[in-house]
Amino acid sequence: MELSPLVITLETAGAATVVTFFAGIGLAWMVVRMNRLKGLADAIITLPMVLPPTVVGFFLLLLLGKRSVLGKFLLQWDVSLVFTWKAAVIAAIVVSLPLMYRTARGAFEQLDPNILYAARTLGASEWRIFWHILLPNARSGILAGLVLSFTRALGEFGATIMFAGNIPGKTQTMSTAIYAAVQANDYALAFDWAMVIVFFSLFFVVLMNWWIARSGKGGCLWN
Amino acid sequence: MELTVRIKKKLRNFTLAADFSVKDEVFALLGASGCGKSMTLKCIAGIETPDSGSIVLNGRVLYDSDKKINLSPQKRRVGYLFQNYALFPNMTIRENIRFAAGGTAAQKDEKVQANLERFSLLELADAYPAELSGGQQQRAAFARILASDAELLLLDEPFSALDSYLKWQLELELGKVLPSYEGTALLVSHDRGEVYRLADTVAVINQGKMEKVHEKKELFQKPGTLAAALLTGCKNVSAASRLDAHHVRAEDWQFDLLAGDVAEDIKYVGIRAHFLEFRRQPGENTIPIDIVKVIEDTFSMLVMVRKAGSDGKAIRCELPKKEWQQLKDATELYLYFPPEKIMVLQQ
Repeated sequence: MELSPLVITLETAGAATVVTFFAGIGLAWMVVRMNRLKGLADAIITLPMVLPPTVVGFFLLLLLGKRSVLGKFLLQWDVSLVFTWKAAVIAAIVVSLPLMYRTARGAFEQLDPNILYAARTLGASEWRIFWHILLPNARSGILAGLVLSFTRALGEFGATIMFAGNIPGKTQTMSTAIYAAVQANDYALAFDWAMVIVFFSLFFVVLMNWWIARSGKGGCLWN
Repeated sequence: MELTVRIKKKLRNFTLAADFSVKDEVFALLGASGCGKSMTLKCIAGIETPDSGSIVLNGRVLYDSDKKINLSPQKRRVGYLFQNYALFPNMTIRENIRFAAGGTAAQKDEKVQANLERFSLLELADAYPAELSGGQQQRAAFARILASDAELLLLDEPFSALDSYLKWQLELELGKVLPSYEGTALLVSHDRGEVYRLADTVAVINQGKMEKVHEKKELFQKPGTLAAALLTGCKNVSAASRLDAHHVRAEDWQFDLLAGDVAEDIKYVGIRAHFLEFRRQPGENTIPIDIVKVIEDTFSMLVMVRKAGSDGKAIRCELPKKEWQQLKDATELYLYFPPEKIMVLQQ
């Protein structure tokens, strides 16, 4: 069995999750503090979660493809995204971001606002409040978001195949490999990849549950 | 230590208008829940922004809508004691206090140590807030505020969530904190006892509107308005109209009374339950009564009565249990309203 789909999947999901983690938390904190246009901002960030992934991939093609304004601009620097590993990462980011954003936002909104007010009246800068109060106290929600977005990125299919294609050894991930195997009538291979995905997803969700249970009270993750 | 507040803010059901100044005293805002008193504190601390007005602390302008000044809560140096104490759950008590302390590492250590000692928290220094009782949490919250550079202390219903014994302990604790602020603090409460014990000056807030500022004894003797009478615990009020300079008709109770000086704009009369006296004979300002209901309280009897033969509003009387023992079998009872204890109230 050629192992490249596994490596590519883990690399893509890993790289995408790093971006999603920070962007999701940042967006959540931004939207929580918004007064006007909060609903609209929330809807735009959440949209990739409710749209069919093929639609997301299609828009990414339109937005970043070689014929688009942005794509032409990038070509000047010899950067072409479509059907590359980078495209697979971008697709995974866009579909997993809403999960990170929504769970982080939920965790922030559950915090007692008095805790943040108290920190402000005690003179702590917003930056210090974010790192020392907000993140540690929203820990379990943020961990859940991290695992959910990573597992979502692991299993990403629709947007990836539209935008990054299914090039073995280059952009073929486990889920696109299953699709290719079934089309080639190789059910044994499809089954193997399916089991690998089930194993990884199960492993990370169990890990998340254990992690959250352990960090329930006073446990320290950030400080 | 001087604070001057003159602010307006539109809230959902009413407009909050607060206008007062505090100088070297404990100033209480007494009001029912949802009357805008906590909002006033939040505006002073910078957590909420008023629509207009100004807030000046020791000559420093914290907020001024005309001059477009609105300092962030961080720059206001105002200590806020929240009703739920708002300790940071992810930090130990020591870390909570250290979080608020400024200066070099050595200065921080010193402030932490001093405040742990001051509030008898040394043994709890490495516990998390969730492991502490309500009273211990409040001490930790006080310690945290004192470690910061706050110039003013704001107390938001500080004792209302506690049982009465603990409440008393913590009221004593507050006595240790006040000297650090030259005795100045702003207290918000709906508990008349708490206000009476802790404050020097009291203002009643009713539906966002601040009524006259009183010295506390004066407020309890002559509340002046219906809202103030009810908030200071007066159980008996009746709509009233003026008959002459010294007489009123208590409409809900259905009889006339001799009172002190009856103002032209009288709308209500009130009398505290323990000032009413039972009599066996008729007399001046004495009304024949029927007993409606008798309720035994912890240390006294509560007797609900109304004018004999009427369907007037019941009047609550409070008297020692022994006194009631002697009275309860009397065939005819009368109630005496001491004229000097009758409160003449405006709207």
